[in-house]
Amino acid sequence: MTITLFIPCFVDLMYPKVGISMVHILERLGHKVRCPEEIVCCGQPAFNAGYWDESRAVAGKVLDRLKDAEAVVIASGSCGAMLRVFYPDLFSGTVHSREAKMLAGKCHEFSDFLVNRLGVTDVGARFPARVTFHDGCHGLRELGNKKPARALLAKVRDLEFVEMKDAETCCGFGGTFAAKFPMISTAMGEVKCASAFATGAQYIVSNDSSCLMQVQGLLDRQKSSVKTIHLAEILAQS
Amino acid sequence: MNAAVRQFKEQSRQVSGDLRHRKLIQTALGKYEVKRDEKKAAFQNWQAARQAAAETKWEAINHLDQHLVDLVRRLEARGTIVHWASTGEKACEIILGIVRDRKARSIIKSKAMTAEEIHLNEALEHAGFEVVESDLGEYIVQLRKEAPYHIVFPAMHLTRGEISELFARELGSAPTDNPEELTMIARRALRQKYITADIGITGANFAIAETGMISITENEGNARLTAALPKVMITLLGIEKVLPRLEDLALFLPMLATAGAGQALTCYNSLYGGPRQPGEADGPEQYHVVLMDNRRTELLADAEQRDALHCIRCGACLNVCPIYRNVGGHTYGTTYSGPIGSVITPHLRGLQDWKHLSYASSLCGACTETCPVKIDLHHHLLQNRRNSARQKPSTAEKMAFKIAGVVMNHPWLYATVKKAVRVFQPLHKLVKGTRLDPAYSWTQTRDLPSAPPQSFKEWWKDRAT
Repeated sequence: MTITLFIPCFVDLMYPKVGISMVHILERLGHKVRCPEEIVCCGQPAFNAGYWDESRAVAGKVLDRLKDAEAVVIASGSCGAMLRVFYPDLFSGTVHSREAKMLAGKCHEFSDFLVNRLGVTDVGARFPARVTFHDGCHGLRELGNKKPARALLAKVRDLEFVEMKDAETCCGFGGTFAAKFPMISTAMGEVKCASAFATGAQYIVSNDSSCLMQVQGLLDRQKSSVKTIHLAEILAQS
Repeated sequence: MNAAVRQFKEQSRQVSGDLRHRKLIQTALGKYEVKRDEKKAAFQNWQAARQAAAETKWEAINHLDQHLVDLVRRLEARGTIVHWASTGEKACEIILGIVRDRKARSIIKSKAMTAEEIHLNEALEHAGFEVVESDLGEYIVQLRKEAPYHIVFPAMHLTRGEISELFARELGSAPTDNPEELTMIARRALRQKYITADIGITGANFAIAETGMISITENEGNARLTAALPKVMITLLGIEKVLPRLEDLALFLPMLATAGAGQALTCYNSLYGGPRQPGEADGPEQYHVVLMDNRRTELLADAEQRDALHCIRCGACLNVCPIYRNVGGHTYGTTYSGPIGSVITPHLRGLQDWKHLSYASSLCGACTETCPVKIDLHHHLLQNRRNSARQKPSTAEKMAFKIAGVVMNHPWLYATVKKAVRVFQPLHKLVKGTRLDPAYSWTQTRDLPSAPPQSFKEWWKDRAT
C-alpha cells in the first residue's frame, strides 16, 4: 500500500524523530511511504480560534493535495481529528464538501492505522522500561481511539505498562488555550503529572506530541526524572 | 477587556494555583465519580438510556409550542394560575405582584437556578420582603451572601469547619464539625421559617405536558415543606423544562439522580398538579406557575445549538470538566457555570461579553461524553468561537492567521521560517521566562523544547537524494 504520511508543522520542526520513526515502522511493514512537501499544517489553530475562512485557506490546500491518496496517516491525534472530523464541518456548504467527506474516510491517526487498518499489533519493538499512557483528548473522543495504542504497547518486549488514574483527563494543552489561559493550562498539566507520578512510570507515552510538549515542559521545569516519549518512538526501537 | 473577562482572567489565575482549593474539589468530585459509576452500572445500558433521553428531549424542544400549550391548559384546568414571562424582569415583576397582592411578609424558597438567573432574591429583598433559602447548601451560601458554587452542590467549596464558623457567627450556634449536628442547626432555624412563611417559591426539574404537572426532585424534603406549608405556592421555571409524557420521568428521574449526584434516585420526587382541590386535606390555597423565556427562544432559533435546551441541569458536565475543577464555580461569574454555562451564557447574556468562556476550554470533550442528554457541548464552544470571530474579529488575530496561512501554503517560505527559528533559538535562552520573552505565557511555568538541527522534512529530502 502507498501511504501518505502527514507530518504536522510542529512535529516537523520540534519532534522530527516521531515522523522518522513512523517512516521506519511503515517501511519495515513493507509499505511505500510518501510525504508531500507542500503539506504543512492542517489549519486547526485558525479553526479552533474561530477564524474558519483563514483555516479554509490552509485546509483547502491539504484537501487538494490529499484527495487522491490511497491512505493518509497523520502523526497526531489532534490533527487527525481535524482531517477526519472537522474538515467535513469546515467545508460544509462549500464546493469541497464532498471531497472533505471522502478524504475523512481515508484518514487515520498512526496507532489506529496500524491496528485497525493494517491489523498489526506487534511491530517487533523492544523497550525495557515502565511506562504509562496519556490519552490525547482529540484522539480519544473525536476519533474514538482508546485501544490501539494499548494493544501496540502490550506487544512491546520488556515493557511494563501501568495504567494511570484519570488517563483520559486532559493535560491542559488545548492549542492556543495554553497561551491564552496559561495558569489554568498549567494547573491541568500539574494534575496530569501527579497522576502519572503515582504509577512510578519512567515514561509518559502518548500519540500526540502536543500533549507531550505540555507535560515535558512541566517535567523539565520541575527537574523531574520522568520523561515523555511518543508511541512511535517506542515502536521504532528494537 | 470588559469587566467579565477581567474578572474571569484574574480569578482563574488565582484559583487554579490554589492547591487547597484543588484538593478540596478533587476529593469531593472523586467521591462523586465513584458513586456515579456505581449507579450507572445499574442501568441495563447507560448509552442507550442517554440516546433515549436525548430523543425525548429533542421531541420536547422541537415541539415546544404544542407541549407548552398542553401543559398550561392542563395546569389551568385544575385551577393553577399560569403566567408567561418573556424576560427575567417580567418574571420578577409577576412574582413581586403576587407577593404584594397577598400582603406577604416572609417567603420560603427551595432551590431554583432560574431564580438565581433573574436575581429574584435581590428583587424581593429590595422590595422589603424576607426570602429564606431552604435547601441546606443554598441556605449556607445565602448566609455567606454568595452565589451557588455549583448547579447541584451550591456549597461544595466549603469545609465543615467553615460552615460551623458561619453558623456560629450568623445563628449563634456552638461550633461543631459533625455533619448531622450542622444539619440540625440549620433545620432548627429553617423550621421556624416554614411555619411563618406566607409564600413558598420553588423551581422545577420537569414539567409534564401530558398531565399538566410540575416535577420537583430533592434530597432534603425542603421543597415539599416549601410547597405544602405556606398558603401560596409559586413555581418558577424555564420553558425548556417540558417533557411530553408522565412516563418519561421513569427515565429522567433516575438519570438526573445518577448523572447529577451519583444516586439511584433522589430521595424525594414530587409532582404538583395544582392548588388544593375540594375535599383535599392539604396543599396550597393558590398555585402560580411562572413560565419564563428570558432568551431561551433565541437559543431555540439556533438550529445548530438548539440541543443546549435539552439540559436537565444535572451538573455532570461541571463535575468532569478539568477547567471547572481547576477554576471553581465562582470564577465564571455566571449563574450557569462549567461547560453548559460557557455554551449558553453567550446566548442568554450576549456573545461578545461572554465569548471568553468559550475560549477558556481545551476542547477536551469530557463534557459531551458525560452529558446524559447528549448535548454536543464542546462543539458548541467551537461554534461560539466561530460566531464571535465572524461577528467581531480581532484584527491582530485575523492578520496573524492570514500571515501564518501564507507561510504554510508556501513551502519555501515555511522552510525559511524554520531556519529562522533555529537561528533565534539561542537568543531565546537569554530572555526565557522573563517579561521580555515573547513566549512568556508558556515559559513562565513550563520549559519549551528546542528545535533539533534537522526537521523531518529536511531529513526526508536528504534521504531521497
